[in-house]
Amino acid sequence: MKKVTQISIFSCLFMSLLLTAISTSAQNIKPDADNAGLSLPAGFAALKVADNVGRTRHIAVNKQGAIYAKLERLDNGKGIVVLKDTDGDGRAETKTSFGNYIGTGIAIKGNYLYAASNKEVFKYALNATGDIVDENAVATIVTGLMDKGQHNSKSITLDNAGNIYVNIGAPSNACQEKDRTKGSMGMMPCPILDSAGGIWQFKVDQLNQSYASGVRYATGLRNVVGLDWNNQLNQLFVTQHGRDMLNNLYPDLYDTTISAELPSETMYAINKGDNAGWPYVYYDHFKGKKMMAPEYGGDGKKTVDDKFINPAIAFPGHMAPNGLLFYTGNQFPARYKNGAFIAFHGSWNRSPLPQEGYYVVFVPYENGKPTGKWEVFANGFSGKSVVKNPRDAQHRPCGLAEGPDGSLYISDDVKGTIYRIMYQK
Amino acid sequence: MQRIFITVVIVLLCIAGASAQSSNKLVAASAARGKTVYLQRCMVCHQADGGGVPKLNAPLDGSSAVNSTNLAKLVKYIVKGFNDRVEIDGEFYENAMPAAADLTDQQIADVLTFIRSNWSNKAGPVTALQVKQTRSKLK
Ligand code: HEC
Repeated sequence: MKKVTQISIFSCLFMSLLLTAISTSAQNIKPDADNAGLSLPAGFAALKVADNVGRTRHIAVNKQGAIYAKLERLDNGKGIVVLKDTDGDGRAETKTSFGNYIGTGIAIKGNYLYAASNKEVFKYALNATGDIVDENAVATIVTGLMDKGQHNSKSITLDNAGNIYVNIGAPSNACQEKDRTKGSMGMMPCPILDSAGGIWQFKVDQLNQSYASGVRYATGLRNVVGLDWNNQLNQLFVTQHGRDMLNNLYPDLYDTTISAELPSETMYAINKGDNAGWPYVYYDHFKGKKMMAPEYGGDGKKTVDDKFINPAIAFPGHMAPNGLLFYTGNQFPARYKNGAFIAFHGSWNRSPLPQEGYYVVFVPYENGKPTGKWEVFANGFSGKSVVKNPRDAQHRPCGLAEGPDGSLYISDDVKGTIYRIMYQK
Repeated sequence: MQRIFITVVIVLLCIAGASAQSSNKLVAASAARGKTVYLQRCMVCHQADGGGVPKLNAPLDGSSAVNSTNLAKLVKYIVKGFNDRVEIDGEFYENAMPAAADLTDQQIADVLTFIRSNWSNKAGPVTALQVKQTRSKLK
């Protein structure tokens, strides 16, 4: 009897070692014949790990290659889905779920999984196989964050010094007295910035922290959805959704074409105490300048040069950078290492012009700085050559994660498709 | 006698037809003006196809509220804005709809007539008088 157990334990161990070995070798995995409907640079291939998982926001991959996906709508009462490839073909065979809350942020650091609702951050211990030790033994490390519907999603990332960073989006477009209302002036100073419109820092090992015990690490950030800790530079990076509706609110200052392109979507390198200027300024990538917001006396021409940080790189307006990932793997060609991938969820604020985004971009880095150029890396999520109306998009990229073998995972929050991108010469 | 009767009927039918035609024309003109309001004030959120933006801005195309006879509710959304985050046809929407209280009764009637008759919607027109009546009851 004892012997049998021993043997079965051994064969189990052996099998799982074998499986890990198979699942970590992207060269042996067969991509989908149509590359999962995506267009990619030469040498890259893609497959759908899973489909119809639910409204998948951010994702995290453990050392064994299992995917933890955070849902923004409960599926059978659960908000976190775990996907496993048990036979090494790259596709998920098993799907389990836990956690009775919706949200966006999810991350793995060391032996812990962190997941965010729209108000809280929770922590779960992982065992040696990367599984949750006890889903009921959940620690609430952050609580009571602002959730007023608009821009309420909380994204998270962790540094190497025991801190977790959480975005708190401003429940507002431009801090007008009346949100998004024509003729309503900007509040001075903007009172929202006390409790939102920035990044807050908390400790990973303390319970029930909130505004009083956290640190407002950076402010003047309207709505950050993508954030990542860059381990090479040991620095926080964030992607901000710029303001909406310049033309609707100020038709005399901005025509529909300018209002579609501006303001820029921006990525910032953040140092503690930084202020990126929302709602007082927005960024104009054509001029390469911070512009005074019209709610605060701007006219589309007045620049602000002496205050607020500049973006590390800027993109066309409204494309909605929802996921940010610095690539640290060795599977992709060397030029990708330490560069940034950004998942653009896709715009809605550009009509009557066609919408933009709905793709994943690569931002090359040299010597710790973006080269200034960016390129579309993965396209075709929407299933349309042009997206006129957002509801026509079949998939919208949202979250990014790197697998243990250096594969890039992308989540879609329309149908809940999880994509895996591999480099296969 | 019968002849006279038939003539009268024909004349009456003609009048009815003509007035229906002229009221069709009025409705069409109202919807056309409403489209202009829509493009400037609503399309940014509700989109050219009336489909809205999934999870952010409610669709107007196919909406039960837009197609309902409860005009008071529709007038209220426009005059007061709408930020209740209630379930709308099975979904929740995160954005805040601003009040457009500067629009006149006629402009509100026009834009409602437009959204109620455009895309797949087939609800009846709204008049400035109806807007005036419900608007005066809003607090
Ligand atoms: C800033 C974006 C925005 C603008 C501009 C806007 N809306 Fe809305 N609208 C919304 C949102 C968001 C909702 C849902 C609100 C909620 O759930 O609390 C909504 C809901 C509605 C509804 C109710 C739909 C239903 O099925 O219950 C109607 C009708 C409507 N809007 C009409 C209009 C009209 C007409 C205009 C232009 C005068 C307009 N909206 C401008 C964002 C907007």
